[in-house]
Amino acid sequence: MTIMETRKHGSAADGLVGGRLSRFEGDLKVTGAATYALEYPVDGLAHAVLVQSTIAAGTVVAVDASQALAVPGVLMVLTPEDDLGLMTASDWYGNRPENQPFLPLPREVTYNGQSIAAVVGESREQAIEAAKLVRVIYEEKPGIADIDDAKAGKGKLMDNLSVAWGDAEAAFAAAPVRVEAEYRTPREYHVAMEPHGLTAKWDGDQLTVWEPSQWTHGMQRNYAEWFGLPIENVRMISPFIGGGFGSKGVALPYGAVAAAAARKLGRPVKLAVTRPQNFTSYGGRAATRQTIALGATEDGVLQAIIHRGANETSTYTDYPEQTGAATPILYKVENFSSQSRVVPVNTVTPGALRGPGKNPSAFGIECAMEELAYKLGMDPLELRLKNYADHDYQSGKPWSTRQLREALTQGAEAFGWSRRSHEPRSMRDGRQLVGWGIGCGTFPVLRAPSAAMIRILANGRVEVVSGAIDMGQGTYTILAQTASEALGVPVDQIDVVLGDSRLPGSAIAGGSMLAGSITGAVHKTAAAARDELIGLALNDPNSPLRDTGANTLTVSNGRIASELGQGPALSLPELMAALGRTEIEVVRNTLPEDAQSLTDQNAAWSSMARVQGPTMGDYSMHSWCAHFAEVRVDEDFGTVRVSRIVSAFDCGRLYNPKMVESQWRGGIIMGIGQALFEEGLVDGRNGRTINNNVGDYLVPTNSDIPHIQVISVGVPDHQASALGGKGVGEVGIVGVAPAIANAVFHATGKRVRDLPLTLDKLL
Amino acid sequence: MRDFSYFRATSAEDARQAALQASAVMLAGGTTLLDLAKCGVAEPEAVIDITHLSGLDGIAVNQEGAVIGTLAKMAAVADHPDIKAWFPAVSESLSLAASAQLRNMATIGGNLLQRTRCAYFRDPLTFPACNKRNPGSGCSALGGVIRNHAVLGVSEQCIASYPGDLAAALVALDAVVDLGQRQVPVDDFFLPYDHAPERETVLQPGEMILGISIPASVAARNSTYLKVRDRQSYEFAAASAAVGLELESDNRTIKDIRVALGGVASKPWRARAVEQALIGKALEEQTVARAARLAMDGAVSYGDNLYKIELAPRVITRAIMKVGGLA
Ligand SMILES: Cc1cc2nc3c(=O)[nH]c(=O)nc-3n(C[C@H](O)[C@H](O)[C@H](O)COP(=O)(O)OP(=O)(O)OC[C@H]3O[C@@H](n4cnc5c(N)ncnc54)[C@H](O)[C@@H]3O)c2cc1C
Ligand code: SF4
Repeated sequence: MTIMETRKHGSAADGLVGGRLSRFEGDLKVTGAATYALEYPVDGLAHAVLVQSTIAAGTVVAVDASQALAVPGVLMVLTPEDDLGLMTASDWYGNRPENQPFLPLPREVTYNGQSIAAVVGESREQAIEAAKLVRVIYEEKPGIADIDDAKAGKGKLMDNLSVAWGDAEAAFAAAPVRVEAEYRTPREYHVAMEPHGLTAKWDGDQLTVWEPSQWTHGMQRNYAEWFGLPIENVRMISPFIGGGFGSKGVALPYGAVAAAAARKLGRPVKLAVTRPQNFTSYGGRAATRQTIALGATEDGVLQAIIHRGANETSTYTDYPEQTGAATPILYKVENFSSQSRVVPVNTVTPGALRGPGKNPSAFGIECAMEELAYKLGMDPLELRLKNYADHDYQSGKPWSTRQLREALTQGAEAFGWSRRSHEPRSMRDGRQLVGWGIGCGTFPVLRAPSAAMIRILANGRVEVVSGAIDMGQGTYTILAQTASEALGVPVDQIDVVLGDSRLPGSAIAGGSMLAGSITGAVHKTAAAARDELIGLALNDPNSPLRDTGANTLTVSNGRIASELGQGPALSLPELMAALGRTEIEVVRNTLPEDAQSLTDQNAAWSSMARVQGPTMGDYSMHSWCAHFAEVRVDEDFGTVRVSRIVSAFDCGRLYNPKMVESQWRGGIIMGIGQALFEEGLVDGRNGRTINNNVGDYLVPTNSDIPHIQVISVGVPDHQASALGGKGVGEVGIVGVAPAIANAVFHATGKRVRDLPLTLDKLL
Repeated sequence: MRDFSYFRATSAEDARQAALQASAVMLAGGTTLLDLAKCGVAEPEAVIDITHLSGLDGIAVNQEGAVIGTLAKMAAVADHPDIKAWFPAVSESLSLAASAQLRNMATIGGNLLQRTRCAYFRDPLTFPACNKRNPGSGCSALGGVIRNHAVLGVSEQCIASYPGDLAAALVALDAVVDLGQRQVPVDDFFLPYDHAPERETVLQPGEMILGISIPASVAARNSTYLKVRDRQSYEFAAASAAVGLELESDNRTIKDIRVALGGVASKPWRARAVEQALIGKALEEQTVARAARLAMDGAVSYGDNLYKIELAPRVITRAIMKVGGLA
């Protein structure tokens, strides 16, 4: 491995933790040598294509597959008539309903774009053509297209999400300065570059699934439970993932369809979800509405925050997109009240999309804070610093670390915030109105256990082995760095093997919890491997280091020797040869001593049962950030261009700043898309998302992205993780959209409270 | 699998003969055709590959004007130094269209014949009603999400917009389509959708585009294409204007002006009323802005595309002031 760039941060060597090592698997990806799920060559493949509903609600009365079956090459058509013999799997927390059949092709239609049949053919083209010929007869029912549908109503209050302290209503009523407004975000989608899909292959009662996965062990369990198999009979393989953003963490109904078809046919089946089907085969971010009322004194001290949020969900699952997630913890406030509702509509159940909850939540509170600042005639930066939360007012606990003040001040310094002129519409460049805005963000630290294996081979190479995954965030790279540091072996001697449920279990790559968890496990395992190596070198009768009189040894730069230079300094191959060992294998995990049984381990790796939230302990633990955005809005056309972004982050210690900066920038880029373009357009008559392709659902192009300066202001947080890092993946997007919306207000004097900020809203 | 016959034409005559078959289409860059086949709108029985015809990809510019073969690639025309120098609106309309990959594949003839982006047109399984696909079946877009639909040259028969950029520039500059047996001004080549939306051009079965010619003029040399959209690149126009301008020797009175619109009408839309209102007038922003509003005479919005009626005149104004060197 070569080091591509000189170090800019930290004192560690590039190959150690904290170094700017380039992506381990980067050359595989850019040369096309990385094999993605649907590219695995599997002999005897048949191809499945989904048929999805074209109505919002109703019942499938009949499916006429006769024309489809007549297409040459068509092997099978699965419909709601077929009993696939599947049982409902556990939820994330490991709770499983008893004796509940699972119907991936249900008769009841609850949203437009729901899978109701599948065609399997010798070729994908044959199956596609046949899928068009499947005739579905529905008994249609009136549907609710989206949260704006008059029939949607107010939805249900989620009691577990209600938060209150002090007397917010009274304090708001008494406050001399008040703002209150409604903020809205639309349906948004993951649109990962790699669409969903899988190949499923049976060997007797063993099932192998090649599918992009953010969590091989969780999805392994999912498949096992659907098909009534012992968990070890399922193997999920996913070494490379072309983006997930929260969409690839659970097995989805189409996966069950493909695996069931493969079992019925006795042939491996590949199912590639088409791009339009990716908009309804799993849920994106729910559309949200939130009202925020802020009360303050005349000199800008917050007196009350009242938040009332709602998001759309499906008719069959209550999915809360927690618009109240960031509201209680960003600022110091003595009186607070938040309530959230879910509004069932005919949609696929929404899901987690980068920065779930915190993202729309920050859009509300961070826009509201700037509205308050303008009402007060106060600099929005000053208002934020004035109301800085010295501790977590929700839990009452101290922060483990919170460098948000540093993020605000250092970000402001780098951005040149002090040169701002306060009045809206007071800065321009020709016909472009220029505006500056701030948006803060946060994401909780979630802690979870993981396991890892280290293998030292006779040739001196070291393998780091884990079922964890790398979807571009850098797991391969930081695990090599972690093992290199703990073992004392140069990073170019280390290989990392990931993405297979046969390997030791790990936390999900989601909720920004993987890096902190898996580096802890690898560090522990590598230290144990080093100890084992030293023990053998000191005690093995064949070891040349045995009779040197040293009572301890060190491993450094791949050589093992005594500290005082007694005896030889051996390379790993030399020592392994002397010991007559072909390998040394060490497995460790970070579960507590009393939870090491196989059942405990299976539960830990395949459910959220062992995940600890940000306030489970003595501290409140979160990542923080402050974004500073500059926009240019054409005064005649209303087009918004982001011309500059400076963002400062507190994510604790950075295991690899180069990787982290890419993740932050990626989050910011996604935030620009969310602010300016992204919106699922729902036809009110049949609930269909009509811009279900990347030609019409717009995400940013290169030319939409300005220079993005990212700054780290974090300090190691050893409450948050073994090595001191907090999560980096999710927080980057949180606060970007409000920073841009605030900048647009500053530029134009026009407050747009519903995303995206398209030109028609600014004309 | 949907089978179709494939025929690689070796001469234009061959291609035209083959195109007389029922349900035949020509294949050029394929960037429109394949897309439409994937979404089930194009279901040809015969595909006539014209990409191997020789002599149809030329780009020649002289004092008379430009002659461009139908198979010339969008990228090649956009980057051609003489097109840039003598017909900047044409070059700009192409380089602001689609993406680099598409421009490297797509041809000039195919570009003119691209189809509307109306989401209802492109989803036949969900929305069977579409007068453009299936005359008399109705229009699913009415009452739907129509942010990018047209406001000019529409009726309740069809409100789809013609999405292409190049054609607006060509219409402004009086370009002519070469069909071999006949030469048709680009403006007449496209039909407005208001009565028979299934008929978009005057092209008859067995006819093909051989190329286009653009007459040279001072206005063509002093022209620009301004495209306004939410995303900086790779998006169709919310509204666009192709403008050419010639001033009198006083350097302020308008002698000749060409204005055409994209993204707001059922066809590339020449705004002659704006031109007539400006000829002989001083190039001055207020005058131009007042005249630009005439482009929207007869405009109708059936829903959330109302903003286009406000936006388009502003785009015209800016484009005119820009070629006039004043913006
Ligand atoms: C995602 C996307 C974004 C796009 N964005 C833009 C944009 O911003 N602006 C813009 O202007 N365009 C845009 N386009 C459209 C693009 O420019 C056209 O697809 C392209 O120009 C078509 O050219 P082609 O050679 O590939 O045509 P083809 O797909 O080969 O043909 C298109 C049609 O023309 C017919 N045809 C082709 N040549 C002839 C001929 N010589 N005689 C008779 N019939 C012929 C074909 O039969 C077919 O019906 C976009 C397209 C896509 C897919
Ligand atoms: S607007 Fe035109 S193309 Fe779109 S559905 Fe209506 S008739 Fe069809």
